[in-house]
Amino acid sequence: MKKFAYFPGCSLDKIALSYNHSSVDTAKLLGVELQELDDWNCCGATTYFHVDQLLAYTLVARNLAQAEKAGLDLVAPCSACYKNAYFTNKYIKEDPDLAEHINFALEGDDLQFNGKINVHHIIEIFVNEVGVEEIKAKVTNPLEGLKVAPYYGCQIVRPRKDGENLENPHFFEELVEAMGAEAVDFPYRLRCCGGSLIMTSRHAALDMVRKLLQNAVDSGADVIATACPLCQVNLECYQLQVNDEFGTTFKMPVMYFTQLLGLSLGLSKKKLGIGSELVSAVPVLK
Amino acid sequence: MAAKPTFSQEISNLLYASHGNPLKTCIQCGTCSGTCPVAEFMDQTPRRLIGMINADLKEDVLKCNTYWFCASCFHCTVRCPAGIDIADAMYAVKRYSIWHKTYSEDLVGPTFSETFVKTIARSGRSYEPILAPTYMFSMGIKEVLQEAYMATQMMLKGRMPVLPAKIKRLDNFKEMIRRIIPVGGAE
Repeated sequence: MKKFAYFPGCSLDKIALSYNHSSVDTAKLLGVELQELDDWNCCGATTYFHVDQLLAYTLVARNLAQAEKAGLDLVAPCSACYKNAYFTNKYIKEDPDLAEHINFALEGDDLQFNGKINVHHIIEIFVNEVGVEEIKAKVTNPLEGLKVAPYYGCQIVRPRKDGENLENPHFFEELVEAMGAEAVDFPYRLRCCGGSLIMTSRHAALDMVRKLLQNAVDSGADVIATACPLCQVNLECYQLQVNDEFGTTFKMPVMYFTQLLGLSLGLSKKKLGIGSELVSAVPVLK
Repeated sequence: MAAKPTFSQEISNLLYASHGNPLKTCIQCGTCSGTCPVAEFMDQTPRRLIGMINADLKEDVLKCNTYWFCASCFHCTVRCPAGIDIADAMYAVKRYSIWHKTYSEDLVGPTFSETFVKTIARSGRSYEPILAPTYMFSMGIKEVLQEAYMATQMMLKGRMPVLPAKIKRLDNFKEMIRRIIPVGGAE
């Protein structure tokens, strides 16, 4: 069984608990063990970087160092955690001066980081480590007739990591099709949900959410699939506020892709945390 | 005595560790502004902000909401034909405005960020209910009620933390922070 150090992040502790359970259980069914990182700390989201860069990289590096100590690559299901871990890892590897500063601080927790691991988002584990063909072969409950809008959001594709296709990626669509569902053409799939602006610049963020929901409706989607807890909360939990602010009547379920994947692999709705949504997904799931 | 750095040099220095090209290489094409999903809510578009930094219009730059309205989606960064990491430049101006306390007072972003970082420095984990007061004050009664209703619904679904989480090796964690920033936040 392939094994990774799993960094759930603060959101998956409570707000996105269903993402946490569905990630671990679905991965296990596909032969991947996600071993939770010991005593992990918050990745800082965007806010550490608003205050101090060196502090930000150091706090992210504490999680990297613990994964390295366990001899495992790090996997994060939250796009913001992933972006921070990915780039901190990259910059420490490239910059010995930064590495020295960070390692001096890490000594405070008897840790050190030598840049010997890689960082992945959990969707990459399913797409690259397990593989779409392998998933297709293991699907026992194909989600036939379900129209899914695959929502990439920002940080699983941006900023650029390697030579990946930034403007027209396909991997999310391929994953959705592997589950037996239909991936609808969703033009706004790479557009930002507003992120933490939902707390700091409310009106702007609600309008960004409105545009995404409208685009998903126009695409004929039954459900939006996400790979990020912040996207899920913005798109789902704030539909009430969007409807009130703009006079719309959205009732669009927003699910983690791991919940849909788990269903297609025969896991129960309960086990996947389906039922904890504010906009129920049950009517669209057969 | 050396000359005092200009505002644009100060911002460039803050971007010293950045991996993009200098702001001075901006060709004012507007790809960033055309790409930005928040541009319509900004006082100045990202293109204009970069032009203003390059022209040393310090006061005009600092009083606008542009950089605090950046959602960190990095779409401008990946499309910039001059290879400037524009989202990172927004972070640099955010840091500048926090250090110098020059941000406009009706913005929620700076207080939110500082409260968030202090929460982490105290416990190692984020905790949503502590953050709420930083943005609730900017809302009307209706929005506050909506927020409370949503939080209650989420609590009923088991999605809202009742007690703050804490990491185990908190003393070591604080020692780590002291090794980076000797004062503030981590007492």
